[in-house]
Amino acid sequence: MSPIGRSLKRIEDRPLLLGRGQFAADYRFEGQLVMRVVRSPVAFGRILSIDAEEARAMPGVVAVWTAADISDIPPIDFRMTRIKGLEPYRQPVLARDYVRYVGEPVAVVFAEDVYQAEDAADQVFCDFEEEVAHLDATASPVPFMPHSLPGVLSEPAVISKAYGELAAAFAKAKHIIELEVAVGRHTGVPMETRGALAVHDRDTGVLTMYGAAKVPHYNRDAIGRMLQLPTGAIELSEGHVGGGFGIRGELYPEDVLVCAGALRLGRPIKWIEDRREHLLAANHARDQVHRMRAAVDDNGFILGLEDEFFTDQGAYVRTHGGTVSDLAAALLPGPYLIPAYRANGHIRLTNKTPAGTYRAPGRYETTFARERLMDAIAHRLGLDVVEIRRINLIPENRMPYDRKIDVLGTQVVYDAGKYHDLLTKTLDHVGYDALRAEVADRRSKGERVGVGLAFFIEKSGLGPRDLVRARLLKDGSIEVITGAASIGQGVETVIAQICADALSVEIEQISVVHGQTSRIEVGLGAFASRVTVMTGSAAQIASKALCDKILGVAASLMQKETGELTLIDGIVRHRDSNTTLELTEIAEQTPEIIEAEGWFNADHMTYPYGVHVAKVCVDPETCGVKVEQYVVGYEIGRAINPMLVHGQIAGAAVQGIGGALLEEFVYDEAGQPLAASFADYLMPTSNETPTIEMFLREDCPSPLNPLGVRGAGEGGMTAVGAAIGAAVDDALQSPGLVNCLPIGPSKLHAMIRQYPHRHLVAANRP
Amino acid sequence: MTDKVSMTLRVNGSSYPISVEPRRSLADALREDCGLTGTHLGCEHGVCGACTVLVDGKPVRACLMFAVQANDVEVRTVEGLANGDVLHPLQKQFWENHGLQCGFCTPGFLMLAVGALEADPDMTEEDLREVLSSNLCRCTGYQNIIKAVKLAAVEMRK
Repeated sequence: MSPIGRSLKRIEDRPLLLGRGQFAADYRFEGQLVMRVVRSPVAFGRILSIDAEEARAMPGVVAVWTAADISDIPPIDFRMTRIKGLEPYRQPVLARDYVRYVGEPVAVVFAEDVYQAEDAADQVFCDFEEEVAHLDATASPVPFMPHSLPGVLSEPAVISKAYGELAAAFAKAKHIIELEVAVGRHTGVPMETRGALAVHDRDTGVLTMYGAAKVPHYNRDAIGRMLQLPTGAIELSEGHVGGGFGIRGELYPEDVLVCAGALRLGRPIKWIEDRREHLLAANHARDQVHRMRAAVDDNGFILGLEDEFFTDQGAYVRTHGGTVSDLAAALLPGPYLIPAYRANGHIRLTNKTPAGTYRAPGRYETTFARERLMDAIAHRLGLDVVEIRRINLIPENRMPYDRKIDVLGTQVVYDAGKYHDLLTKTLDHVGYDALRAEVADRRSKGERVGVGLAFFIEKSGLGPRDLVRARLLKDGSIEVITGAASIGQGVETVIAQICADALSVEIEQISVVHGQTSRIEVGLGAFASRVTVMTGSAAQIASKALCDKILGVAASLMQKETGELTLIDGIVRHRDSNTTLELTEIAEQTPEIIEAEGWFNADHMTYPYGVHVAKVCVDPETCGVKVEQYVVGYEIGRAINPMLVHGQIAGAAVQGIGGALLEEFVYDEAGQPLAASFADYLMPTSNETPTIEMFLREDCPSPLNPLGVRGAGEGGMTAVGAAIGAAVDDALQSPGLVNCLPIGPSKLHAMIRQYPHRHLVAANRP
Repeated sequence: MTDKVSMTLRVNGSSYPISVEPRRSLADALREDCGLTGTHLGCEHGVCGACTVLVDGKPVRACLMFAVQANDVEVRTVEGLANGDVLHPLQKQFWENHGLQCGFCTPGFLMLAVGALEADPDMTEEDLREVLSSNLCRCTGYQNIIKAVKLAAVEMRK
């Protein structure tokens, strides 16, 4: 029985259950120093002086560095979506001339012990000439660093994408619907904070950084460039990683500092972030405002869509460059035909923590924007919310569908899709009509309960390529080596299932090595829901090649023809005799290592899609929103391990609920963060979490890879804000009420109060 | 402040003679002085519960307790949960039911649940959910954790 498609328990779990994991903080090297970062207490200011004399004299302190001590280290460069003009906005490793957000690293202390390092960091004194913090990304751009970079403004770039004849669409329109929506600032917040430990081996000259995540190979090269290390002189090694969600594993100042520290101070350097630092310094995300205008005909068909949007990327442009705005501009049209389109995405900087990608970047935001717009159009034209979607969804006979715009350097071409079919099946599955009747009945009895739905497109399997190597070890087991990374999502099990299928062995016979730059020369890491699609396909190709090689070797050992042999259940069997050879025997009897590799290339991404349906109840006294039921209909192409897919969908959906109802980085008017602990940054607990029901479909395999798979990592999250927003509208019988996220009690109360006034304004508009 | 206090920590039935500053947290002492890194630190301000250990049988945030306060108590950590190679029913059910993804919060959830179920083996699902809301998980969405704890509770009652 093929292991593909089976809900096998994970091969990586045992050490994690026994408390034998190896997370960043669990590394310890003889003679190690601890690094502590001194962070800016102000949102915006010119650095006049930094006094570290007292700190340097404290017990256990070995060194204190400011920007002056590392002036040879360049700012952190872009990993993705490098747009012309972004260079001046890169973040220095330690603040130079200005600080631009509360939490920005201004100095580092190296000491013998973490308590001593923290004591000393408290005695580093910075003198700033404070500037007025700029906190509104929709306001006119202001100078980025007035004295150092005169004329450089806080709008690094505008990303524009367009297709079709927009003016003609608006000229033809019977209805023009305008809508402004906003998605607040929240982020991944993995349970393990960031951390790293760098060791420089003086004998070999190799610097190794432990605690790597997400993109070890890229970060190895980037740190090497910044510290001018020759190729081969730096390795990154991933242990267990306590969650990633897009934010962990990007190259941050602290990673570079531990490496520089190890090289220059000659001792291993360990840095473990505390939670306050994490909330102030690791990438934030979302924080977009969309101003949309749709041209619609009498039937509800959208002829054209125009969007002006603003992404608050915080203080600097970090590794993602223009990625989030690029994705938002390309994927706003989503699953709908919309023959004419134009988006201008303003990348704006403010004096908040820099922002990057977080699970479903650009899609969580644009799905909220677009689906709220669909609901607004339905309301204006008196159409049903399902009907408006059916009218506009791309029909199956138009697949593959070329959107005629690009994203992340590839053309947006939806590989395959049965959108109408999935919508129908999901609504049947949830018993949509009965659900509507049930909430209507409860409303008639005074409850504020409602149902909302949203359709979305995801993207997965970002290329351009991936490499996997597989080999037969002497004990008869198979070792699979990949440059992908594990951030806790189950990489080892999924890759092992794919290899076990191709080789016809048990998954327990397979070990998967990942995240080690010393073990394989190419690795693209884990992001953009790429691992199962890209690494999985390469693993299948490598395993099939290894199978052929094993049979070739077995043929010579058994003195038979290769074509007459098969590998089944870990044993090579001859077609018409009882002759068999076990993998252990083959490995033992062969002097050389039997090894094969598999490359998989992809020019285009594969696009999963789905429908979210939410049922919520609003407490009229507190304006608290309770999610009573949540269903995710999702087309994955093929599920390697349905239990793990469900885990991804459920976990993502609950993060989506956090972003929709609870989580927000709020700042005061001086740019001081008001959510710098878990007492203020509220994440869902088991009390706020409904059971996430998954309706997983494999009706439409992807034609772009040999497995037929699409990614599972993000689609549980993409439409949560949109579906819950619609459900709250329905619960309060107030179409268009929810126009921003998160819908916390005080914000919902304000929206309810403003609602009659907003409608008066809309009605008076010519 | 840097004067160290000599003491003995009793953890999972073993004694660890250690010398710690009075301000050292129990979590740091377990991890750094006893080498028991299975207890994880997720927030160090008592909200996330990743560092939950049992102190005389009761779940406690090891980040909010000083090591010197643990002088005369029995501490249990995740390292002491399995019986040799045999997993505790909670560990087994977490594994069977995909109750963990990254695994960082797992030791805290295991210790929270074992403390709660040993105190009240017949806890209702509602009470279990309430207890489990003490800790944060960012990967699973909780439902497989709740499922695993419910199934383990049945097994533990046997």
